[in-house]
Amino acid sequence: MGFYDLIFWLFAFISVASAALMVFSKNVIYSAVGLLFAFFGVAGIYVLLAADFLAIVQIMIYVGGILVLLLFGVMLSHKIGGIQLETGTLNKIPAFIVAGGIFIIFFRVINKTVWPLRTTAKEFNPTVEKIGTLLMTDYLIPFEIVSVLLLIALIGAAYIARKERVQ
Amino acid sequence: MPVLNIYVTIFQTFPDKIPDTILTILLMLAGAVGITVLAALLALVGVYLERKISAHMQDRLGPMHVGWHGVVQTLADALKLLLKEDIVPAAADKKLHLLAPFIVFSATIAAFVVLPFSKTLVLSKLNVGIFYVVAISSFVVIGIILAGWASNNKWSLLGGMRSAAQIVSFEIPASLSILVVIMAVGSLNLGDIVEFQNGGILHWLIWKSFPFNLIAFIIFFTASLAELNRAPFDLPEAESEIIAGFHTEYSGMKWAIFFLAEYANMFLVAVIASTLFLGGWSSPFGNFLNYGIFSIFWLFVKSFSLIFIQMWLRWTLPRVRVDQLMYTSWKVLTPFAFLCMIGVGFYMIF
Amino acid sequence: MTIGLTHFLTLSAILFCLGLFAVVTKRNAVTVLMGIELIINAANINFIAFARFTDNDLDGQIFAVFVIVAAAAAAAVALAIVLNLYERLKSINLDEADSLAG
Repeated sequence: MGFYDLIFWLFAFISVASAALMVFSKNVIYSAVGLLFAFFGVAGIYVLLAADFLAIVQIMIYVGGILVLLLFGVMLSHKIGGIQLETGTLNKIPAFIVAGGIFIIFFRVINKTVWPLRTTAKEFNPTVEKIGTLLMTDYLIPFEIVSVLLLIALIGAAYIARKERVQ
Repeated sequence: MPVLNIYVTIFQTFPDKIPDTILTILLMLAGAVGITVLAALLALVGVYLERKISAHMQDRLGPMHVGWHGVVQTLADALKLLLKEDIVPAAADKKLHLLAPFIVFSATIAAFVVLPFSKTLVLSKLNVGIFYVVAISSFVVIGIILAGWASNNKWSLLGGMRSAAQIVSFEIPASLSILVVIMAVGSLNLGDIVEFQNGGILHWLIWKSFPFNLIAFIIFFTASLAELNRAPFDLPEAESEIIAGFHTEYSGMKWAIFFLAEYANMFLVAVIASTLFLGGWSSPFGNFLNYGIFSIFWLFVKSFSLIFIQMWLRWTLPRVRVDQLMYTSWKVLTPFAFLCMIGVGFYMIF
Repeated sequence: MTIGLTHFLTLSAILFCLGLFAVVTKRNAVTVLMGIELIINAANINFIAFARFTDNDLDGQIFAVFVIVAAAAAAAVALAIVLNLYERLKSINLDEADSLAG
């Protein structure tokens, strides 16, 4: 088995096992740790797909930003009784049937479709410069809109999460 | 370097017997082990330096008994910590308690992989080198939060959250000052950044686009001090306030791992600062002694000077309050970092 | 067998279904948010796999950049709402947030 294939199976295993830990664990902090390793596994998959810049962006934003936010959210909304946060689950069987059904549909579609694969050789080129240029030329409007979106989210989140003053 | 020649000869001696994949994996594992050993050794040297420098600044002598002037002291301490009993609080979360120091340590070591020690001596020539270092350092935040939570102790939780808030706030001015450097060089590769500064002290990036790069260097240095949880920003570890913050409930080898991670991180920040602003492995005298083992010497001279300044600041300045800390990050460092970016942008256009 | 497009798409499908299971089943608001993030990551893998294996050179990666940014904004606002919910109801169990139910 080539080196590339080995690394793919390794990172796929890390992603799926951590996602399973996240989904099936009863402790919220364990779910967060599972999500951490799932993000890390997905970043590895991005590197295999020649998206080096995007892998680093994934780690920086998801692990360094969103996961820290989630952990703070869990710890700030924890009852100070010292009880472990248990999440009860209901509707497990119908959810399993639905999720399993959707996965089977995906699997059939993926294997039956004739994808228009590229014919030229695939090289691993650095993508940072190209993404930068594209963001400034072809995709300038989405770039500006997304920066406005971030500003709105920043102001909105800071306002919503403010403690209500007791009148 | 003779060590690398051994690997090359191994590669050439067994071309058919060992499959390519296994050889690649073995080489990578050997590199990883080597970099871990290097980081641990540097951390040990850092601990010894801290004790000696702080002692001399406080007009005392420091460790003198173990070995000549105490050089073996850290080794003795490490041996003691290895044999110490590992106490875990009864109501603590054992798995997370074990996981947290390893996340912090592996994140710090993983950032050593891209550091260029000389023109050819770098473990991985990543194209997104400096960006990778910044991203991997954000794993440390998660480790600290988990450590604070897993100890089941109010002071640990408070220390952990404070430390996480501090590190995340100071990541922004640090990343912006790194961006200032990248704008001038045009590449994220650490080897390219050092090549750009090759040729003597006047080519170093700290003097370009004067005074904006100098301000960026000061901002980066200050923000990194805060990211390391070192004084004057060491509120999360304040001994007089919250005992020891997030590593209160850690003893023995796990505490040693946190300690080593902090000093390895200190060294990492010093090497990054010297690579980005002070010329990395290039000699300050132009082409005089600019090759091979002297490159490593120059890099270590610059890094250890910065480490000396870090320790000097720790033992001279008092600790800041938490609101002063946030004020510094958001209202002083970040606007100045933006100003530097705009200034360097103007330098590049005109 | 060499790793082709279908392998990455199948991995993405598995992650999507796991995230979907978490969103539908879990009662803790933050865990539902984690499931949503997993779904978004699965979709991102899809975009980047297509960017690599088909003729559109980097369109998939640019799209993935915007998806990551939008997901970050969504997570921030959702967590602010969860914190507000906790202030009012003293609990983040979604079963207890039913004051609008008929």
